Amino acid sequence: MNDDRLTIAGIEFRSRLWVGTGKYKDFIETQKAIEASGADVVTVAVRRVNITDRKSENLLDYISPKKYKILPNTAGCYTVEDALRYARLARAAGVSDMVKLEVIGDERTLFPDTAGLIEAAKILIKEGFIVLPYTNDDPIVAKRLVDVGCPAVMPLAAPIGSGLGIRNPYNLKILMESVNVPVIVDAGVGTASDAALAMEYGADAVLMNTAIAGAKEPILMAEAMKYAVWAGRMAFKAGRIPRKLYATASSPIEGML
Amino acid sequence: MTDGHSVASLLAHLGIPAERVAVELNLKVVDRQTFPGTPLRDGDRVEVIGFIGGGEDTRHER
Repeated sequence: MNDDRLTIAGIEFRSRLWVGTGKYKDFIETQKAIEASGADVVTVAVRRVNITDRKSENLLDYISPKKYKILPNTAGCYTVEDALRYARLARAAGVSDMVKLEVIGDERTLFPDTAGLIEAAKILIKEGFIVLPYTNDDPIVAKRLVDVGCPAVMPLAAPIGSGLGIRNPYNLKILMESVNVPVIVDAGVGTASDAALAMEYGADAVLMNTAIAGAKEPILMAEAMKYAVWAGRMAFKAGRIPRKLYATASSPIEGML
Repeated sequence: MTDGHSVASLLAHLGIPAERVAVELNLKVVDRQTFPGTPLRDGDRVEVIGFIGGGEDTRHER
């Protein structure tokens, strides 16, 4: 699977599993889980630096930008203006022109505000950002995002952190057939089979955080996810058999007594 | 406390390594190349941001 690379906006990605860095017990656990996942893309959030605690450690001391592609997000932004502000600050911090764009519409569901998302994406793309939008499983919205210049789309499988798995596989499949850019299924994965399924449907990658960080054994789950994404990708490329209602014998009848 | 400081000297004063943060001065992003040459005045609003753990699931934190 090593030659099966994903390319977005000219950037080559080794791994089809992308991981978040939130919710871990500490930086050591974050580091070990990410190592075990085999991911080369890690998402980070943009927040105020704590100026009263000068000794506080930096996440990037554990997750080196030399080793990983750092993908800042605009998580927690509920307006276009906020998302633009966070994206610009993230780029100014100097790790990447990529941004995982989130414009959140509602606190309970954390569903994206897709109208705001398209508007913010348009502005940031004009400013030279590589915008990877966190969007709904809506094929039309995905098309609009591609129209304004997003080089990939990141539809949700289920609400962020819910662990419900793919709630609308048919929409997701239509979405994948509707756009000619990579599709990264983002959010809602609960366990390894969810990730495998997303890849079997034809997703180009899967992004998750809670499913790993929230597991009883995050490092073990990280490894499970690595194999799930591999298995799903290989099954997709191999092409599954069609579903049939009745049995088809796999042993020959010929030569029976 | 800001008077007489530049963005760079303020960060140094606070003990914040400049290479991994971004600075916003009165809501405008400051280009990191200009940290040393950007003076601060009384009443300026300075934001210093960095990266923290976050994924698909970072909660609203206001």
